[in-house]
Amino acid sequence: MKTFSYEAAVDVEDAVAKLASDPDAALLGGGTNLVDLMKLGAAQPSSLIDISKLPLDVIDVDDDGSLRVGAGVSNSDLAVHPVVRSRYPVLSRAVLSGASGQLRNMATVGGNLFQRTRCVYFMDSSKPCNKRDPGSGCPAIEGDHRNLAILGASDHCVATHPSDMAVALTALDAVVEIVGPSGAHKLPIGELYRLAGHDPDLDTNIGHDEIVTGISIPALPQQAVSIYRKVRDRASYAFALASVAAVLRVEDGQVTEARIALGGVAHKPWRAITAEGELLGRSAKHEAFREAIDLELRAAMPLRDNGFKVPLVRNLVTQTLTDLAHRSVQQ
Amino acid sequence: MSTTSIGQPIQRTESTSKVTGAARYAAEQHNKTAPAYCCYVPATIPTGRVVDVQTEDSVTLLWHSNAEKLGELEDTELAVLQSDRVSYRGQIVAAVIADSFETARDAAARVRVSYADEAKPDNELSAEHPSLFAPESVNAGFPTDVTVGDPGSALESAVHAVDRWYSTPPMHNSPMEPHATTAQWSDGVLTVWDSTQAPSGVQDDLATLFGVDPSNVRVVAENVGGGFGAKGSTRPNAVLAVMAARATGRTVKLALPRQALFDLVGYRTPTLSHVQLGADADGTLTALAHDTFQQTSQIFEFCEQTAESSRHIYAAPNRRTTHRLAVLDVPTPRWMRAPGEAPGMFAVETAIDELSYTIGIDPIELRIRNEPDVDPASGNLFSSRSVVECLREGAERFGWADRDPRPGHRREGRKLIGSGVATASYPVLISPSSASARIEADGSITVSVAASDIGTGARTVLRQIAADALAVSADRVELKLGDSALPTAPGAGGSSGTSSWGWAVTKACRQLVDKVGGIDAAIGPAEVTAETSEEIDGQKDLARMAFGAQFAEVEVDVDTGEVRVRRMLGVFGIGRVMNPRLARSQLIGGMTFGLGMALMGAGNTDLEFGGFSNHDLAEYHVPVCADVTDVEAMWVEEEDDELSPMGGKGIGEIGTVGSPAAIGNAVYHATGVRVRDLPITLDKVLPHL
Repeated sequence: MKTFSYEAAVDVEDAVAKLASDPDAALLGGGTNLVDLMKLGAAQPSSLIDISKLPLDVIDVDDDGSLRVGAGVSNSDLAVHPVVRSRYPVLSRAVLSGASGQLRNMATVGGNLFQRTRCVYFMDSSKPCNKRDPGSGCPAIEGDHRNLAILGASDHCVATHPSDMAVALTALDAVVEIVGPSGAHKLPIGELYRLAGHDPDLDTNIGHDEIVTGISIPALPQQAVSIYRKVRDRASYAFALASVAAVLRVEDGQVTEARIALGGVAHKPWRAITAEGELLGRSAKHEAFREAIDLELRAAMPLRDNGFKVPLVRNLVTQTLTDLAHRSVQQ
Repeated sequence: MSTTSIGQPIQRTESTSKVTGAARYAAEQHNKTAPAYCCYVPATIPTGRVVDVQTEDSVTLLWHSNAEKLGELEDTELAVLQSDRVSYRGQIVAAVIADSFETARDAAARVRVSYADEAKPDNELSAEHPSLFAPESVNAGFPTDVTVGDPGSALESAVHAVDRWYSTPPMHNSPMEPHATTAQWSDGVLTVWDSTQAPSGVQDDLATLFGVDPSNVRVVAENVGGGFGAKGSTRPNAVLAVMAARATGRTVKLALPRQALFDLVGYRTPTLSHVQLGADADGTLTALAHDTFQQTSQIFEFCEQTAESSRHIYAAPNRRTTHRLAVLDVPTPRWMRAPGEAPGMFAVETAIDELSYTIGIDPIELRIRNEPDVDPASGNLFSSRSVVECLREGAERFGWADRDPRPGHRREGRKLIGSGVATASYPVLISPSSASARIEADGSITVSVAASDIGTGARTVLRQIAADALAVSADRVELKLGDSALPTAPGAGGSSGTSSWGWAVTKACRQLVDKVGGIDAAIGPAEVTAETSEEIDGQKDLARMAFGAQFAEVEVDVDTGEVRVRRMLGVFGIGRVMNPRLARSQLIGGMTFGLGMALMGAGNTDLEFGGFSNHDLAEYHVPVCADVTDVEAMWVEEEDDELSPMGGKGIGEIGTVGSPAAIGNAVYHATGVRVRDLPITLDKVLPHL
């Protein structure tokens, strides 16, 4: 592990200032991903700015049911919050499906958004990786890529985003609250993440000297139902081969709102916009769901060993939406 | 002989010290002086030569140009830093020693190694690889090839036939405590705290390597956090730590990082099995052929006995079993729980299941129909054999009779449900051991043997064995193990520990009783040391094996192909059970191990860079609690007077054998999809649903 300095920020402005003064500084939340990567040499910050003691660990509920979640809230606290459990089951389930109980106790919401890929080449600093070491190449394309991207990948990187929570937040149209040197602003979560493109080393559109302080989550319509379903190689403590966060509103048998975000298939939580558009106004039936996701999956470009994700996502989304439609009728 | 202790479910001797953290492991010893820390530098090329190694840090640097010259051993993996040759990615090419672990790790990461003659790795096992050869013998000394009758003709003329290939991937032990060593030289005497299954073996190896008399080497392994075979012999970590201690004159601690366990300490070779079965119209086997292929490294020959179980498990007049080994640019494979038996029986027990569907006969009935009267390999009688009892008892308890034999017919919601069965066999292995028993003036009793308790409960069971041989209660016996200074003993391996050590313990304790004329009236001190070579050499020619029947019920998600095991039942014939609590724990652990082998455990060979691409416990999957919902182990009554004086068979490995095939057969029954290439991941199931 490269030697680094450590400082605890006294407030958000202090953290921003410290970030701005060191281009190789990194923020420390729960440390569940960053510290691992530092031990592996995959991350080599010169200084750590600890923001875990800042008062960012609050969940506020508005009168309309919308939520504001501080960046320092632990994954465990978010998942078990009564409002999250009752009104945003998609979020609660997504968070609970990730990592282990011990890790969720330590991990923070802000840190979760900035988890780095689990691509085995990224994590092994003795091998090339365009994301870790720009220009060094991407051995995953010809190598070990069973759990990597089928959508939106580039010739430079086929990594997937590992977070479950971010997939749910994408389906919930969450907004990320950011503070930088020039003040505070907001960014829809869909604009936070980037596709790999030519610069796979850049995961997000946030500046080095900016901090996510919290997330706001708009209220779901009363009639909407939501769920998160994750497919993985063992029953717990495994990253998604594919996952879906779905929000569905059905009125008189017709889809009036469908929000579908996919995990484990792209460089970012993948909002299935094509499928969503196709579903609006259609009968909330199995066939329609299947046709819609098939349209979305036309863009899929699987690699040698991950072609199974195409039928997997097709079945997963079709059945998840079918189940939601069934529940919607029962409500 | 009184048997008041053997058979009792007494609690593990060291349970409290382990749960409270008081138990000390190899890298956790309190040392009188501040220790130094050693971190090794792994090769980052798959094959080639080391030309130069440099560091800019103020640390001690060891590499082949300045490392001391070691004595020679058969296990050339232990020739650490003895040549410039790199045989696999991850091999030790240098090491640094520093005052703190952090400094050592940082410096090791920044050591610059220059290589020459780097080449692409030749590391893909196939049944056509040009390097394939027939080794002289295979692991544990079993013969390479055995042919009986004319299997070729019998297969051609068979009414029913199965002709299939099965494969298993590289698998990694990666026990909870990584391989770790603390080494200390003092006045020419070497003391080593090593996480090992074999203190006496490590003592001998280090004595040879470092040119000292074995009496000047002491290896302590008081607590060992798991091994599964990976700690069954001296490993490079011990050699490097001792070398570093001599080079610096310091006490040196070396704990391998998790990633290193995937390259450096052995793993289960990938296997390819070609199984051919021929049967009469009624399912009687006429021929059984099992041809196997596996890999070893450029520096050490290790060949698993993959086809060995197929020699003993079914009667068939025409038989062929072969082993071929490819020499590749790969890390050296080594022992992993039930080497040979676990992957080999996955192949043959899946093939038998396939035959049962081909013929249309219940798979349990098919197995019973082919039950041999004598050992098919040797013609010897079995000392005891309970395959049929295990199958029948298991079928009854598992509810086999209610099963609809048709595959893909039982469905609950979006899940397909199926059940499967497989037979298990594992040899009874016993090695000579010594042990001592001593009574003090105050009547306290100490029994000593240089055994190793790797978490199985050896210390506890040996107390029970000693207590019965002495006709006292187990509370009165203090059992000392985990130290090569105690009477020499074989390692904990091959499920042979309890039998080997227990025999010596029994002999020593009985001799002590004879010497003092009854323990209760005895006035110590008195001590005897006993050794068992003669008794073991004098055993009759019999086939001695543990057996079992494994049952599994799985559910398969029709949308995703995810396989989850709903329940497992193992019924075993393992002779007399020393301690039911520990035995059950061992068997359930073995079955869970098999569950991991069936559904998830796989090292991904990196064809570009060499080594394995997944090398931590996030990316290499073992079962977690949520995967193991209902696993039950039991045993049939078995009296066998032709084993050891205690009458037990080993249980460390039999629990693993058979469970992968039982799960795979259940997946087939659930879905109609036959996966012949472990692990059974959803991508191999989903396209066929």
